[in-house]
Amino acid sequence: MSMTNRNPYISFPSEILDVIKHTEKEYTFRMAFQGDVKPGQFFEVSIPKFGEAPISVSGIEEGVSVDLTIRRVGRVTNMVFEHMKGESLLMRGPYGNGFDLDLYRDGEVIVVAGGTGVSPVRGVVEALSLTEDAADKHVIVGFRSPDDMLFRKDLANWEERLDLWLTVDGAPEGYEGKVGLVTKFIPEIELKDVSSARAIVVGPPAMMRFSVMGLLEKGFKEENIWVSQERKMCCGLGICGHCRVGDKYICLDGPVFNYTESKDMID
Amino acid sequence: MGYTLTRSEFDQVLEGLSEKYRLYAPVLKKGQGRFTDTDVVIYDFVYSSSEIEFEKKSDYSFKEILTPLSQTLFFFTENVIKEADIDDSEAIVFLRSCDMHALKRLDQIYLHNGSHVDSFYKKIRDKLHFVLIGCTSSFQDCFCVSMGTNRTEDGYLFSVNFVDGRYDVDLKDASLEELFADSGAAAGDVTAAYVTENEVEVHVPEEIPNSVIGSDLWKEYDKRCVACGRCNLVCPTCSCFTMQDAYYTDNGKVGERRRVGASCMIDGYSTVAGGGEYRKKHGERMRFKTLHKISDFRKRYGYDMCVGCGRCDDVCPEYISFSNIINKVDAAVKEGEQ
Repeated sequence: MSMTNRNPYISFPSEILDVIKHTEKEYTFRMAFQGDVKPGQFFEVSIPKFGEAPISVSGIEEGVSVDLTIRRVGRVTNMVFEHMKGESLLMRGPYGNGFDLDLYRDGEVIVVAGGTGVSPVRGVVEALSLTEDAADKHVIVGFRSPDDMLFRKDLANWEERLDLWLTVDGAPEGYEGKVGLVTKFIPEIELKDVSSARAIVVGPPAMMRFSVMGLLEKGFKEENIWVSQERKMCCGLGICGHCRVGDKYICLDGPVFNYTESKDMID
Repeated sequence: MGYTLTRSEFDQVLEGLSEKYRLYAPVLKKGQGRFTDTDVVIYDFVYSSSEIEFEKKSDYSFKEILTPLSQTLFFFTENVIKEADIDDSEAIVFLRSCDMHALKRLDQIYLHNGSHVDSFYKKIRDKLHFVLIGCTSSFQDCFCVSMGTNRTEDGYLFSVNFVDGRYDVDLKDASLEELFADSGAAAGDVTAAYVTENEVEVHVPEEIPNSVIGSDLWKEYDKRCVACGRCNLVCPTCSCFTMQDAYYTDNGKVGERRRVGASCMIDGYSTVAGGGEYRKKHGERMRFKTLHKISDFRKRYGYDMCVGCGRCDDVCPEYISFSNIINKVDAAVKEGEQ
């Protein structure tokens, strides 16, 4: 991938094919991007005069579209939410390494995802749900409350196809689903062979730390665990410096890291 | 090819160079220092030798020529996006050996980290040429010898040693021979002057284990460091930037995207959307910066980032010494080995 002579900061317009509203603050923008892209990669979405924000790919229909699930938390994302179906957003990318699906297709896998951390693994879980041994694919998804749930349709599909553990940190009285942090359910999953099982963990820093601890206690090998990291990024190109941790750049070398690498990455 | 020039001969050379190049050099600004009645040496345009400060270390490095503190990348007018014009006139920069080595580090980040080349940087970089200012003596806080940056063999048009009012030049670029000959300069045996020892010495450990991250040595800086970021600003190898969009008018239809110098010591450097922040303590920031300069950069590219210019020591309002920190890290590593 050599891009020596073009300006890597120039965005391209991409049409919004659909807007899917999950919660008041979280929408998925389905963009007419048809290039190569992997789950776990991200785009810099640009709103001229307001700024750019790194947004991870939350879904891919190959050759047709990519989904960007965006949480309304700042100047740029507020403006993104002003855009409607049929309009365009400027973006550049995809950036980052993304998930290598081949690593997880066969055998036993646990995916632990929390909150917006579900976005980067949504494509992976979707692929896992379509494998022949989908019953060996265990997915723990946690949200803060029932109102914060994202991707309800997907959750319903996954519930049918694979071993889904949907939980919320807290819920009003009368809620019938599981309640508790994602870490609570890691020990409950029964595996045939933990020594060959693989795991993916994505979510807020504390949730990732405790989930990895739980997996290691369960007997997972370090090299069988992958995490996806999130940091401030201004360029996505390995230049601005904000996302560096030790000798790694999250935007270039990540955001997906094997735990054998990420365990030595200290902010 | 060596020459010895008088002031007027050297001025004639500069005049000749000025026809084709802009000349940037360290310039002493009287009374413009950070405190009342103090001076400061910064980079500026020059036309003659009398304007160039040869006898002091520049307080700020040449880096702002390549990576301006604030650089507009795009202009936005209604729905039109225009790439900003970059001043890419041919230029010559006078700098010392430490800064020549710093240039290599800036190139590393902007041109050779990953597969993307920063086109804004490259446009300016492609038009820059260099003149090495020989160091006839070491300055306060310099530790270039320890960092191996005290000598530079190539990458410049010529070197110049300012000795006893003479300008001793070692010409590397043959295309300038005529210009020097025409100035009436006498041929001489000249090599670029460099220092072989500094008052300050550091020892950078070959390997710094992660255990140093948790060392107590950083705690001192939790309070002592005021997180002003001056060290990053003067450092010739600090290259981080933050994107900043703005609009000018009250109707909001015209604006720009620029990048501005960023500092890993200042609040907000790591703040993600939603407010999450890493390294809240100033000591943690000091550790992050230090280990980048003497370990993390090396792990990635094979050589240290810090060039030992000592400007961070010169500028710190709390008198924190970076060379001292390096030696503290070294001691902590040795202590850990026992």
